[in-house]
Order: sequence, then structure tokens, then C-alpha cells
Amino acid sequence: MRQIAIYGKGGIGKSTTTQNLVAALAEAGRKCMIIGCDPKADSTRLILNRKAQNTVMDMARERGTVEDLELDDVLLQGFKGIKCAESGGPEPGVGCAGRGVITAINFLEENGAYGDDTEFVFYDVLGDVVCGGFAMPIREGKAKEIYIVTSGEMMAMYAANNISRGVLKYAQSGGVRLGGLICNSRKTDMEFELISELASKLGTQMIHFVPRDNEVQRAELRRKTVIDYAPDHPQADEYRELARKIADNRNFVIPTPITMDELERLLMDYGIMEKEEAAA
Amino acid sequence: MIRILDHNELFNQPDYQEQFERKKEFERPWPKEKVREVSEWTKTPEYRELNFKRENIKINPAKACQPLGAVFCASGFDGCMPFVQGAQGCVAYFRSHLSRHFKEPFAAISTSMTEDAAVFGGLNNMIEGMENTYALYKPKMIAVSTTCMAEVIGDDLNAYIKTAREKGVIPEDLPVPFAHTPSFVGSHIVGYDNMLKGILKALSEGRKGESNGKVNIIPGFDTYTGNYHEIKRLMALMDVGFTLLSDVSDTFDSPNTGEYKLYPGGTPLPEAMDAVNAIGTIALQKYSTVKTMDYIQKEWGQKTFTLPPIGIRNTDRFFSELSKLTGRPVPASVEAERGRAVDAMVDSHPYVHGKRFALVGDPDQLLGLMSLIMEMGGEPVHIVCTNGDKHFEAEARELLASSPFGAGGTVYIGKDMWHMRSLLFTEPVDILIGNSYAKFLTRDTGTPLIRIGFPLFDRHHLHRQPIIGYQGVINLVSMLVNTALDELDRKTVDTTSFDVIR
Repeated sequence: MRQIAIYGKGGIGKSTTTQNLVAALAEAGRKCMIIGCDPKADSTRLILNRKAQNTVMDMARERGTVEDLELDDVLLQGFKGIKCAESGGPEPGVGCAGRGVITAINFLEENGAYGDDTEFVFYDVLGDVVCGGFAMPIREGKAKEIYIVTSGEMMAMYAANNISRGVLKYAQSGGVRLGGLICNSRKTDMEFELISELASKLGTQMIHFVPRDNEVQRAELRRKTVIDYAPDHPQADEYRELARKIADNRNFVIPTPITMDELERLLMDYGIMEKEEAAA
Repeated sequence: MIRILDHNELFNQPDYQEQFERKKEFERPWPKEKVREVSEWTKTPEYRELNFKRENIKINPAKACQPLGAVFCASGFDGCMPFVQGAQGCVAYFRSHLSRHFKEPFAAISTSMTEDAAVFGGLNNMIEGMENTYALYKPKMIAVSTTCMAEVIGDDLNAYIKTAREKGVIPEDLPVPFAHTPSFVGSHIVGYDNMLKGILKALSEGRKGESNGKVNIIPGFDTYTGNYHEIKRLMALMDVGFTLLSDVSDTFDSPNTGEYKLYPGGTPLPEAMDAVNAIGTIALQKYSTVKTMDYIQKEWGQKTFTLPPIGIRNTDRFFSELSKLTGRPVPASVEAERGRAVDAMVDSHPYVHGKRFALVGDPDQLLGLMSLIMEMGGEPVHIVCTNGDKHFEAEARELLASSPFGAGGTVYIGKDMWHMRSLLFTEPVDILIGNSYAKFLTRDTGTPLIRIGFPLFDRHHLHRQPIIGYQGVINLVSMLVNTALDELDRKTVDTTSFDVIR
């Protein structure tokens, strides 16, 4: 069983990308599971074709304690038998979302949610590794591979670099490795080259460049992945390609994060950012 | 000579009494009449109904927190230092709680996490803590558990311990088992379970080999040192080789030699490491060993048995299963003990038969006591288990249904002693069984209390008397009957029935 964590800046398209690539894996006959680790709980709606599933923390809140939960309450099956669970969490601005992730993953593990035949478990993790709770999926014995979703926008790259720093910490003491950057294109200038270069600076690869296509949006509005909604559309093939590359990936590294200065220099080198003297 | 008054006398002196009176001017308390009125109202069925609807507050819950169970468990291994990643106050509480019960000193480490650790994570605390612990206290093992603080911020014990090893602050081969023990889930019995599983996992790695022909005995969260001595005596009578997994008897019951020992004894680590090669494992409690027993069955591939030996039937089952597992016959001396216990029950049952009991405590102890009480013809009426889960509830109900004496019994899980107070006022019983905190129920309701369980702060040496096995039956029967007789004396004091023979 391969356990994989997907990280990236908020709003970059982690959940969409994860669900599409998992749908592609499932379409190819692989047994998959998605665990959403985000209080927003939007990591499984395209697989389940519904608004949002009951999260572990929602059910815990309702029952008063996690101990009274049954696995069936929170583990659902969607497109092509993909198993789905959402950690959920508190309302924005209160409580501790990180603890919610820890509680949810412990519950799923203790109750045998992973099963014996699951080949891939994907953790779709909120924005940054902001606290210990959001590092839960990459603790020892859990996800060993990480992919970071990014784009050519500066703040997305900044986040990717930051996440690499988090990964580095865990990689030094454990077995977790970076498998690559997934570029979810925003059609910014020189995006392909820029992210390829960032990947190489981080010591990894850009595993796939997912072009921007409105078909993704159209499928999403119908609560479906592109694989499900428009299997013959070229965009579906892009996700199939991403899925194949991840399944076959052998390139796992301890990342080499760069400094903010280096990141800015990179942007200048590609002419995205003006040099300071030119700006003045 | 100066006579020093303790607080029981001191505050009754005129100058203190006068002060208390004068303070009232500033306290402005409710009028006595109003207090009495509300106090009477809390005894009514109407209040009971409101009390049981209560959602957002627990009042005197009969439980302690996970890391208390974890440090208790860890302290039963020879040379092991319980080490808690978290706040200092929590560890002070575990230590004082255990010391107040056993009247013994208790050592445990806190990593003293403060504001900065809450923000930046507790890695540095762990590393410095490990370094100091190893340098100052020379442990053979450091068993790590956590307080809520470390759990909320998500400290990764496994990674931290690895880092501590890599930095060389502790030797590569020092066993450092760990358990995540958040107090906002479960109770001390869950913490015990988590820690024991962690310890056995760490110690057994790579040790699987030839069978050693022994039996592992897991006492569970058992605070009766008498029980540990008793189980050792019984296993010797059965002539069965055994390993007690977490033997806290020396830790909490070491002889006074005038010299303080930081590590007074416990399960020797080589034996604990070899436990993986036993022919089977017997747990004497169920609800404090669930995960550990599951681990032993799945990972060690051993036969596992849960055989809590409280009461006649349960003790019978213990010996018959032990005999089947080991092929050793139950010796005549044990049969004689059984005979004596049954004789004691026969002698005393007229005073226990038909008596109504209320019980509050840990799940396993409750099940054992309910079984014994019904064997004596007593009737368990209110069973309150703050840390009981659905499985306990079902098992307790099944037990009640198995005897005509259980027909009037109700099991309350997740409820506390304030709920029990309402039960005692609205459906009175003859005898209450619980820990020292239940004395407040006795004060309010007048129900006589038998102190069984944890903690027992206000009576001495109760934990030295075994309550397991046939000897335990005799001890428990004498507590039951003599409490009933004390009560009878109290009630008949001015009548012709105030008799010298009972």
C-alpha cells in the first residue's frame, strides 16, 4: 500500500487535482482511498458526486465523542469504488483544526478503514504545514511520498518552497520523501520552464504539467471529475498521464529548499520580476 | 512543649471561628434558609430529571486522565523512568495522586513545556529532557507519554525520540517506548493500555524465538499491591512460570529500609523482552488492556485470555482456563482456599442477601464486584461508570440479566458522582461502593460507604489487601458483611436488637 500526501497553497487546486488523478487510477483498476485533511471538507465531493460527506469531526460533534463513531458513518465509496473519508474540523476562527486531523486519522487507522486490498491512500492536506496536526499524514508509518501542487504564480511557488522546508524536517528524521511538483497551470508567463527550474532547485522533478482547461470547471459544477464527466476530453488524458507518472514514479528525494532571495532571483532570471534597479 | 494542631482542630479554635463569622460580611452568602431550601430541592425526582439532562458539565467524574495510567504502567518495569512530554502541573498531579493513594514517593519526569514550546513545538524540551533524565537518573528505559498540551499541538513522539538518539543525548540501545495519551479522550485505563502496548512493542522487537513455556499475566490498571502479591502466590501454587507485565508491587509497596531507592523493582527488562515467547497471555482486566491484548494476539500470535478473578465464579474460570492452557492441575491447596471462601460466603450471606448496592468505579472492578455481590444474594441497583463504553454497558447488562438478583440493576455509562447523588436520594440503597471521593455522597445521603477502587486517599492500607482470587473473595465478603453489620448496629443502637452476636 502506497500512502501519498498532497500539499500546496490554499486554492491552488489540490482537491481537484487529487480527485481527478485518483479517479484516473481507479479507472485503471487500482484500489484507492482519499482522506481529506481540511476543515473545509471538499476533498471528496467530485468522487462521491454530492455536496459534502459527513466528516469524522462532524459525527464526533454530533455523538459527543469519537469513541461512539462507527466506520460506516464516515467512510463512503464513490466513483469506481474509491473509498472516501473527510477529517472535517471546527468552524473557522475557533478550536484546533490540526487536532481534528490527528483525531480523524487515528480513528480511521484504529478502525481498519484502510483495509487489506487498498493500493493507494491519498491525503489531501490543507494549505501549508501550519502546525503539528497538518504534519500527521507524513508521520512515521503513514505517507512516505509527498507531491506539492503549485503554479507559476509567485505565492504558489513561495508556498511550495515553504512546504519543502516542512518536508525536509520530517525527511531527516523519518522516511518521508518528496516525489515531485505538480504544476496546475494558471497560464502565467513561462510557467513550464519556471516550475521545471524550481523543481530542479528543490532537488526534485516537475512530475506533470496540467494545462488549464475549462472542462475541469464544467465537471466540477456537476460534482464530477473530468474522468467521470467527460472521459473522452483531452483534459481527462492529462490526469491519466499524471496518474500513470505517479504510479510509476521512482524519483523520491529529500528536498533542498531555497531562500526567499533565491526564489526572487529565479523569477528575475525568467524575466517575470523586474530587477530592483530597473523597477526604480 | 509546643502542641501543633492539625487543621481538623485548628480551625475550630475560637479565633478562627470568629474570623469565619466576620468574613461573611464580605462573602454575603445566601440566607441559610435559602441554602436549605435548594439543598432539599436537589434531593427530589424533579431535580434528578434535570440532573440527568445535564450536558456541559461533569461533577466529580470517577476517572483520572490517560497519562496517569501511562506513568503508573511504566513505573512497573525495572529501572524505567516514566517521562511525560508536556506541562509540569500535569505531572505533579499524577505524582501526588499516586502518592496520596499508596503513601509512597513516586518519581516521574516532565519536559516542562511552556508558552514557547506550545508555539514552536516540544522538540527541544524532549531532547533536553532526555539528556537530563539519562544523565541524572541513569534509567534502563525511558517510557514516554504525553499531556494534552503536546497532543493539541501535534508533537510527533516517534520523530522526536529518533532525533534525540541522532543527537546522541541517549544511547542507541536504550529502550524508549512511547504512547500518545491525550487526556481529552478515554481515561487512565486507556492510558495504561496505550503505554503497555508501546512498551511491549518496543521491547519485543526482534525477540521472537523459542517458546519459553511461561504465561504472561497483565494485571491492568490495578492499584491493589495486595493483588500483585496474591497473583504471584497463586501462580507459585499452580507451579506455573510467569511474567507479570507491569509489576508495580515493589514501586508502591517497598520495604522501609531507611534508604530511598529510585527504582525499587518491577518487571525485569530481560523478562519483559522475552514475553513475546510465552505460551499465552492472561489479562486480569479487560477494559484497560484492549489494544494491548489485540496487539499480542495479532503481532505475537499468542493465545490471549481475559480472566478477571474477582468473585467465586470469575476466580473459578481463571483457574480452569489457566489449568487448560498450561496443563497443570489446580492443586488441593487452592481448592481448600476456594472451600474456605465459600464457607465465608455461607456464614455471611444472611446479612448481605437482599441488600441493595450502588457502585461507582472502573469498568473491570465494577463487573467483578457486581458478580460477587450477586453471588452473595445482594442486588446491584445503581452502577455508575464514568469511563465505561458501550461494550462495558452491554457486558454489565448481560451480567445483571444472568442472575435474578440483577433484575433491579441499571447501568449508567459516562455519568458522574453527582448523578449518583440523585440516584441515591430518589432510589435509596443500603450500601455504596466507591473510591474516597464517594465519601461526599455518604455525607449527603447517609449511605454507608465501602471504599474499593482508586483513589483511596482517606483510609490507609486498603490497597494492601487483595481483592482477587479466593482470598480476595474472603476480604471482599468481610467488607460487605461488616459494613452491613456496622449499619445494623447504628440503626438498632437504642433498641433491644442491639445485639452482641450477629
